[in-house]
Amino acid sequence: MNNDLLFDFNVDKTAKTVYITREFNAGQSLVWDAFTKAELLDQWGAPAPMHAKTKYMNFEIGGRRFYAMISPDGQERWAVQEFTSITPKTNFKMYNAFADKDENRELPGSEWDYNFSELNGITKVEITIFNESFERLEKLLEGFKTGFTITLKNLEALLATLP
Amino acid sequence: MKPDIFQAIADPTRRAILTLIAIKALTPNAMAEKFDMSRQAVSKHIKVLNECGLIRPEQSGREIHYHFNAHKMQEFDNWLAQFRQSWETQFNQLDQLLSTIKEQNTK
Repeated sequence: MNNDLLFDFNVDKTAKTVYITREFNAGQSLVWDAFTKAELLDQWGAPAPMHAKTKYMNFEIGGRRFYAMISPDGQERWAVQEFTSITPKTNFKMYNAFADKDENRELPGSEWDYNFSELNGITKVEITIFNESFERLEKLLEGFKTGFTITLKNLEALLATLP
Repeated sequence: MKPDIFQAIADPTRRAILTLIAIKALTPNAMAEKFDMSRQAVSKHIKVLNECGLIRPEQSGREIHYHFNAHKMQEFDNWLAQFRQSWETQFNQLDQLLSTIKEQNTK
Protein backbone atom coordinates (compact mmCIF):
# COMPACT_ATOMS: atom_id res chain seq x y z
CA MET A 1 0.00 0.00 0.00
CA ASN A 2 1.30 3.43 -0.91
CA ASN A 3 1.14 5.47 2.28
CA ASP A 4 1.25 8.80 0.46
CA LEU A 5 -2.20 8.36 -1.03
CA LEU A 6 -4.95 10.23 0.72
CA PHE A 7 -7.75 8.31 2.41
CA ASP A 8 -10.34 10.33 4.22
CA PHE A 9 -13.43 8.92 5.88
CA ASN A 10 -15.91 11.17 7.65
CA VAL A 11 -19.40 10.75 8.92
CA ASP A 12 -21.81 13.58 9.44
CA LYS A 13 -24.24 11.86 11.78
CA THR A 14 -26.82 14.62 11.70
CA ALA A 15 -26.79 14.90 7.93
CA LYS A 16 -26.82 11.07 7.73
CA THR A 17 -23.99 11.26 5.26
CA VAL A 18 -20.70 9.45 4.89
CA TYR A 19 -17.90 11.22 3.01
CA ILE A 20 -15.06 9.19 1.55
CA THR A 21 -12.08 10.55 -0.36
CA ARG A 22 -9.35 8.35 -1.77
CA GLU A 23 -6.48 8.97 -4.14
CA PHE A 24 -5.25 6.37 -6.62
CA ASN A 25 -1.94 6.14 -8.39
CA ALA A 26 -3.46 5.85 -11.86
CA GLY A 27 -4.99 8.01 -14.58
CA GLN A 28 -8.57 9.21 -14.36
CA SER A 29 -9.76 7.16 -17.30
CA LEU A 30 -8.49 3.91 -15.81
CA VAL A 31 -9.87 4.68 -12.34
CA TRP A 32 -13.23 5.59 -13.91
CA ASP A 33 -13.25 2.19 -15.65
CA ALA A 34 -12.46 0.44 -12.36
CA PHE A 35 -15.59 1.97 -10.81
CA THR A 36 -17.92 1.55 -13.81
CA LYS A 37 -17.09 -1.72 -15.53
CA ALA A 38 -18.43 -4.96 -14.10
CA GLU A 39 -15.39 -7.08 -14.94
CA LEU A 40 -13.14 -4.66 -13.03
CA LEU A 41 -15.59 -3.96 -10.19
CA ASP A 42 -15.82 -7.67 -9.45
CA GLN A 43 -12.10 -7.83 -8.89
CA TRP A 44 -12.00 -5.38 -5.99
CA GLY A 45 -15.64 -4.72 -5.08
CA ALA A 46 -15.83 -6.72 -1.85
CA PRO A 47 -13.38 -6.86 1.05
CA ALA A 48 -11.52 -10.18 1.13
CA PRO A 49 -12.37 -12.87 2.15
CA MET A 50 -15.66 -11.89 0.47
CA HIS A 51 -15.83 -11.45 -3.28
CA ALA A 52 -18.17 -9.56 -5.59
CA LYS A 53 -20.16 -10.99 -8.48
CA THR A 54 -22.14 -8.90 -10.95
CA LYS A 55 -25.12 -10.67 -12.47
CA TYR A 56 -25.68 -7.94 -15.02
CA MET A 57 -24.86 -4.28 -15.46
CA ASN A 58 -25.78 -1.65 -17.97
CA PHE A 59 -24.00 1.53 -17.11
CA GLU A 60 -26.26 4.23 -18.56
CA ILE A 61 -28.75 6.69 -17.13
CA GLY A 62 -31.73 4.65 -16.01
CA GLY A 63 -29.65 1.47 -16.21
CA ARG A 64 -28.87 -0.88 -13.34
CA ARG A 65 -26.24 -3.10 -11.84
CA PHE A 66 -27.46 -6.23 -10.04
CA TYR A 67 -24.70 -7.84 -8.00
CA ALA A 68 -23.90 -9.80 -4.87
CA MET A 69 -21.23 -9.85 -2.20
CA ILE A 70 -20.45 -13.46 -1.42
CA SER A 71 -18.93 -14.60 1.86
CA PRO A 72 -16.49 -17.53 2.05
CA ASP A 73 -19.26 -19.94 3.11
CA GLY A 74 -21.33 -19.06 0.06
CA GLN A 75 -23.84 -16.66 1.61
CA GLU A 76 -24.95 -14.05 -0.91
CA ARG A 77 -26.00 -10.48 -0.20
CA TRP A 78 -27.63 -8.99 -3.30
CA ALA A 79 -28.02 -5.31 -4.16
CA VAL A 80 -29.33 -3.20 -7.00
CA GLN A 81 -27.74 0.04 -8.15
CA GLU A 82 -29.75 2.38 -10.34
CA PHE A 83 -27.71 4.95 -12.24
CA THR A 84 -29.42 8.32 -12.05
CA SER A 85 -26.77 10.58 -13.52
CA ILE A 86 -23.60 10.04 -15.58
CA THR A 87 -21.03 12.59 -16.74
CA PRO A 88 -18.38 10.38 -18.37
CA LYS A 89 -15.03 10.24 -16.56
CA THR A 90 -15.97 12.82 -13.94
CA ASN A 91 -19.18 11.99 -12.12
CA PHE A 92 -21.93 9.47 -11.66
CA LYS A 93 -24.75 9.08 -9.19
CA MET A 94 -26.70 6.02 -8.23
CA TYR A 95 -29.35 4.80 -5.83
CA ASN A 96 -28.31 1.64 -3.99
CA ALA A 97 -30.76 -0.79 -2.36
CA PHE A 98 -30.40 -4.26 -0.95
CA ALA A 99 -32.43 -6.98 -2.65
CA ASP A 100 -33.07 -10.70 -2.64
CA LYS A 101 -31.73 -13.04 -5.31
CA ASP A 102 -34.79 -12.32 -7.45
CA GLU A 103 -34.08 -8.62 -7.47
CA ASN A 104 -36.88 -7.65 -5.08
CA ARG A 105 -35.56 -4.50 -3.47
CA GLU A 106 -35.65 -3.61 0.23
CA LEU A 107 -36.27 0.10 0.55
CA PRO A 108 -35.13 2.60 1.68
CA GLY A 109 -31.79 2.59 -0.01
CA SER A 110 -29.05 5.17 -0.12
CA GLU A 111 -27.90 7.81 -2.58
CA TRP A 112 -24.30 7.63 -3.78
CA ASP A 113 -22.45 10.40 -5.59
CA TYR A 114 -18.99 9.77 -7.15
CA ASN A 115 -16.63 12.51 -8.33
CA PHE A 116 -13.37 11.91 -10.19
CA SER A 117 -10.55 14.38 -10.75
CA GLU A 118 -6.88 14.05 -11.65
CA LEU A 119 -3.76 16.00 -10.72
CA ASN A 120 -0.23 15.04 -11.69
CA GLY A 121 -1.15 11.46 -12.49
CA ILE A 122 -3.01 10.91 -9.22
CA THR A 123 -6.75 10.47 -9.47
CA LYS A 124 -8.91 11.56 -6.56
CA VAL A 125 -12.27 9.90 -6.03
CA GLU A 126 -14.78 11.55 -3.73
CA ILE A 127 -17.80 9.52 -2.65
CA THR A 128 -20.79 10.85 -0.77
CA ILE A 129 -23.27 8.36 0.69
CA PHE A 130 -26.55 9.65 1.97
CA ASN A 131 -28.59 7.22 4.05
CA GLU A 132 -32.11 7.74 5.17
CA SER A 133 -31.81 5.58 8.24
CA PHE A 134 -29.16 4.28 10.62
CA GLU A 135 -30.58 0.76 10.57
CA ARG A 136 -30.05 0.77 6.84
CA LEU A 137 -26.41 1.72 7.37
CA GLU A 138 -26.09 -1.15 9.80
CA LYS A 139 -27.39 -3.59 7.19
CA LEU A 140 -24.56 -2.52 4.90
CA LEU A 141 -22.20 -4.16 7.29
CA GLU A 142 -24.34 -7.17 8.25
CA GLY A 143 -23.01 -9.21 5.39
CA PHE A 144 -19.43 -8.28 6.09
CA LYS A 145 -19.71 -9.11 9.76
CA THR A 146 -21.13 -12.54 8.97
CA GLY A 147 -18.32 -13.22 6.57
CA PHE A 148 -15.63 -12.13 8.96
CA THR A 149 -17.12 -14.02 11.90
CA ILE A 150 -17.22 -17.24 9.94
CA THR A 151 -13.70 -16.77 8.71
CA LEU A 152 -12.50 -16.20 12.27
CA LYS A 153 -14.31 -19.35 13.44
CA ASN A 154 -12.66 -21.36 10.68
CA LEU A 155 -9.35 -19.96 11.73
CA GLU A 156 -9.97 -20.90 15.36
CA ALA A 157 -10.90 -24.42 14.33
CA LEU A 158 -7.78 -24.71 12.24
CA LEU A 159 -5.53 -23.41 14.99
CA ALA A 160 -7.05 -25.93 17.38
CA THR A 161 -5.88 -28.78 15.17
CA LEU A 162 -2.29 -27.62 14.95
CA PRO A 163 0.24 -29.16 17.33
CA MET B 1 -41.92 3.59 13.30
CA LYS B 2 -39.16 3.32 15.86
CA PRO B 3 -36.80 6.33 15.63
CA ASP B 4 -33.20 5.54 14.90
CA ILE B 5 -30.01 7.07 16.25
CA PHE B 6 -29.63 9.49 13.35
CA GLN B 7 -33.02 11.00 13.96
CA ALA B 8 -32.32 11.16 17.66
CA ILE B 9 -29.07 13.05 17.36
CA ALA B 10 -30.21 15.22 14.46
CA ASP B 11 -31.92 17.55 16.89
CA PRO B 12 -29.62 20.02 18.71
CA THR B 13 -31.69 19.98 21.91
CA ARG B 14 -31.50 16.24 22.10
CA ARG B 15 -27.75 16.38 21.54
CA ALA B 16 -27.52 18.82 24.42
CA ILE B 17 -29.66 16.55 26.62
CA LEU B 18 -27.39 13.62 25.84
CA THR B 19 -24.31 15.63 26.73
CA LEU B 20 -25.79 16.56 30.09
CA ILE B 21 -27.05 13.06 30.85
CA ALA B 22 -23.67 11.62 29.98
CA ILE B 23 -22.22 13.66 32.82
CA LYS B 24 -25.01 12.87 35.25
CA ALA B 25 -28.32 11.04 35.07
CA LEU B 26 -31.29 13.41 35.18
CA THR B 27 -34.99 13.38 35.93
CA PRO B 28 -37.37 14.88 33.35
CA ASN B 29 -38.02 17.82 35.67
CA ALA B 30 -34.34 18.58 36.03
CA MET B 31 -34.01 18.50 32.25
CA ALA B 32 -36.94 20.86 31.75
CA GLU B 33 -35.39 23.26 34.22
CA LYS B 34 -31.95 23.24 32.61
CA PHE B 35 -33.35 23.91 29.17
CA ASP B 36 -36.03 26.30 30.27
CA MET B 37 -38.49 24.08 28.50
CA SER B 38 -41.92 22.81 29.34
CA ARG B 39 -42.24 19.34 30.81
CA GLN B 40 -44.23 18.38 27.72
CA ALA B 41 -41.50 19.46 25.35
CA VAL B 42 -38.90 17.57 27.33
CA SER B 43 -41.06 14.45 27.39
CA LYS B 44 -41.17 14.41 23.59
CA HIS B 45 -37.39 14.47 23.41
CA ILE B 46 -37.04 11.85 26.11
CA LYS B 47 -39.39 9.57 24.19
CA VAL B 48 -37.26 9.72 21.05
CA LEU B 49 -34.00 9.19 22.92
CA ASN B 50 -35.46 6.34 24.95
CA GLU B 51 -37.00 4.56 21.97
CA CYS B 52 -33.77 4.43 20.06
CA GLY B 53 -31.90 3.20 23.10
CA LEU B 54 -29.59 6.13 23.69
CA ILE B 55 -30.94 6.69 27.21
CA ARG B 56 -32.51 4.29 29.65
CA PRO B 57 -34.73 4.94 32.67
CA GLU B 58 -33.95 3.80 36.19
CA GLN B 59 -36.40 4.05 39.03
CA SER B 60 -34.87 5.70 42.05
CA GLY B 61 -37.42 6.02 44.84
CA ARG B 62 -40.35 7.96 43.43
CA GLU B 63 -38.39 9.47 40.60
CA ILE B 64 -37.11 8.18 37.29
CA HIS B 65 -33.59 9.13 36.32
CA TYR B 66 -32.50 8.81 32.74
CA HIS B 67 -29.02 7.44 32.14
CA PHE B 68 -26.87 7.70 29.06
CA ASN B 69 -26.48 4.39 27.31
CA ALA B 70 -22.87 4.50 26.26
CA HIS B 71 -23.17 1.03 24.72
CA LYS B 72 -25.52 2.29 22.03
CA MET B 73 -23.17 5.07 20.94
CA GLN B 74 -20.33 2.59 21.15
CA GLU B 75 -22.27 0.22 18.89
CA PHE B 76 -22.58 2.95 16.31
CA ASP B 77 -18.90 3.87 16.60
CA ASN B 78 -17.87 0.23 16.30
CA TRP B 79 -20.06 -0.20 13.27
CA LEU B 80 -18.51 2.92 11.75
CA ALA B 81 -14.99 1.65 12.35
CA GLN B 82 -15.84 -1.61 10.61
CA PHE B 83 -17.48 0.18 7.71
CA ARG B 84 -14.38 2.32 7.30
CA GLN B 85 -12.17 -0.75 7.51
CA SER B 86 -14.04 -2.57 4.78
CA TRP B 87 -13.69 0.45 2.50
CA GLU B 88 -10.00 0.62 3.28
CA THR B 89 -9.60 -3.04 2.36
CA GLN B 90 -11.49 -2.62 -0.90
CA PHE B 91 -9.46 0.43 -1.88
CA ASN B 92 -6.21 -1.41 -1.18
CA GLN B 93 -7.48 -4.18 -3.44
CA LEU B 94 -8.23 -1.57 -6.08
CA ASP B 95 -4.69 -0.17 -5.73
CA GLN B 96 -3.31 -3.60 -6.59
CA LEU B 97 -5.68 -4.05 -9.52
CA LEU B 98 -4.78 -0.65 -10.98
CA SER B 99 -1.11 -1.43 -10.58
CA THR B 100 -1.51 -4.75 -12.38
CA ILE B 101 -3.44 -3.20 -15.24
CA LYS B 102 -0.89 -0.42 -15.68
CA GLU B 103 1.88 -2.99 -15.80
CA GLN B 104 0.04 -5.01 -18.43
CA ASN B 105 -0.54 -1.89 -20.51
CA THR B 106 3.14 -1.11 -20.73
CA LYS B 107 4.12 -4.55 -22.00
